[in-house]
Amino acid sequence: MDFDWLFFAEVTLAALGNSALLALTGLAFVLIYKATRVVNLAIGEMLMVGAYLFFSFTAGLGLPPWGAILLAVVGGALLGATIERAVIRPMLGEAAISVFMVTIGVGSVLIGLTEIIWGAEPTALPDFMGKAPIFIGDAYVSRKVVIGFSVAAAVIAVFLLAFRFWRGGIALRATASDQAAAYSCGINVPAVFSLAWMFAGAAAAGAGILVGAVGGIAPTMGVFGLSALVVVIVGGLDSIAGALIGGVLVGLLEAWCGTYLGGEYKMLATFGLLMLVLLVRPYGLFGTVEIERL
Amino acid sequence: MRIGTLKESYAADEALFDTRTQKAWLGLFFLALLVFPFTAGEYWLYIACLVAIHVISTTGLNILTGFTGLVSLGQAAFMGVGAYTVAVLEARLGTPTLVNLLAAGFVTAAVGALVGLPSLRVKGLYLAMATIAASFILHFIFANWTSVTQGVSGINVPPASVLGFEMARPVQLYWLILPIAVLMVLGAANLFRTRIGRAFIAIRDRDISAEVLGIPLLRYKLMSFALSSFYAGVAGGLWAYFFRVVTPESFPFVYSIFFLAAVIVGGMGTILGGILGAVFMTLVPEVLKLGVGLLSPVLPDAVAILSPVRTIVFGALIVGFLVFEPHGLAEIWRRTRRFFHLWPFKT
Repeated sequence: MDFDWLFFAEVTLAALGNSALLALTGLAFVLIYKATRVVNLAIGEMLMVGAYLFFSFTAGLGLPPWGAILLAVVGGALLGATIERAVIRPMLGEAAISVFMVTIGVGSVLIGLTEIIWGAEPTALPDFMGKAPIFIGDAYVSRKVVIGFSVAAAVIAVFLLAFRFWRGGIALRATASDQAAAYSCGINVPAVFSLAWMFAGAAAAGAGILVGAVGGIAPTMGVFGLSALVVVIVGGLDSIAGALIGGVLVGLLEAWCGTYLGGEYKMLATFGLLMLVLLVRPYGLFGTVEIERL
Repeated sequence: MRIGTLKESYAADEALFDTRTQKAWLGLFFLALLVFPFTAGEYWLYIACLVAIHVISTTGLNILTGFTGLVSLGQAAFMGVGAYTVAVLEARLGTPTLVNLLAAGFVTAAVGALVGLPSLRVKGLYLAMATIAASFILHFIFANWTSVTQGVSGINVPPASVLGFEMARPVQLYWLILPIAVLMVLGAANLFRTRIGRAFIAIRDRDISAEVLGIPLLRYKLMSFALSSFYAGVAGGLWAYFFRVVTPESFPFVYSIFFLAAVIVGGMGTILGGILGAVFMTLVPEVLKLGVGLLSPVLPDAVAILSPVRTIVFGALIVGFLVFEPHGLAEIWRRTRRFFHLWPFKT
């Protein structure tokens, strides 16, 4: 049988849309890890809450999409700040594993609250992107995927610029590289922690809206966070570039396996990749190797 | 320290149950366990069996997470391996129940050791991720290796039978599950009086130091994984006999979080903690069910919110215990005991 290159190109282009979303979520993840050394397993749930907030603002209150997106992103930021202040701050200085498990608990609470407030049934987000298909060359790409990809890419670019040039971004990088030194330079480290969580919350909410627009929303959509987790492990927990490249890798892998082997192989491929990376290069492709001393 | 106890030998100091009061209470407790099935109703026996199965699995996870310091989020998947082993052996070969349970333990131990392999390169969070990955891969195998597991439709398990007694109802299964649970918990308690158990604790406290002291990390970490999975496998096997049907959906990822929560809530690194945690976490949903039953005249849709409330309570318990009582129920128990020991003096 002849290999259908056009079909392959379409699958790949669709996958790149998903990759951008994975990279965006991975970025939110890396942001928190870099600043506070917390592995946040609740990122998928924060993403879900963002999507549901958007849903209530448009479908419930009848706001125009732009206003709803803005409010949902602000809501995501507030959620991030609340989580940081309420449960992560008191855990400062505890073992990394305990904080990790706290975020699992937070994720569970968020799922439960979402089910109570919005119900357990999956729903579709109201359409705000239009439906007209877009062709790149001969290949058909869904409009949602294109918009998702461009928005995610733009947001990632803004984040990268902010880290490079903005005062707060530099404070964040300073805190990440040496907390004590950052303190003595007059950086308000607790404020930086809150800032990191707020930005991560906002990014997660944005990603949630895009993910929801493509695939619909449900209390179980936090599973997307697990794929994002694989992304950052593959890329390296503390590397932004790693999150981007990992996102592309995982997105492509998922799409190719899902198309050519069958949907149930998606998870297997993702987690197989995770196992492989952990065995061969435990700190990810671009992560810093931690040296342990007694 | 209890007033008025004097130990004259190391053996006495290392004894599992050291004072006469403790032994008396323990005797009473076992007596209560013996009398329980004759006084309780079907529902409470059902709960008791479920609690005992959870105690076994939680104790296993406690060996790994609480004593060796290796966090695992794959305990439910390991239980699944045990359950499938029992189901396949029972349905295909019809081998005796106790043999099946042992086989479930050993097969799961082998799988566990395999999953533990990344632990020679990674630890902490990375290892937790590896176990998450392993549990999803195992789930995939349960669902798609249809020639053995019969896919999503699952396998029906015939009732357990020991020495010709058929055990189908909780009343009968109680006599199978409870002795195994007691034996396995005692085994775990004794493990930490041996070289192996102490090596586990050394690895938890500081693995590099442990290696310097002459503990081969790889061997002991894998051993910890295997032991913990053995417990999970036996628990899973009993689970299969208890619920009588095994499907891939029986062991979701949330179930692994349940066991981790039980270890945390009970108290990591104490045998008592594993027991208390399993009992507590199994009873919480039942209490919630009761609460919903009481509320239903007032709130008509109370039943609908039961499942989300349960999710919230699970999460809140994990967060609450980690923030406010990191040593868990076992520590509360110890404090209460000390209060009575020292009374009327202040603690």
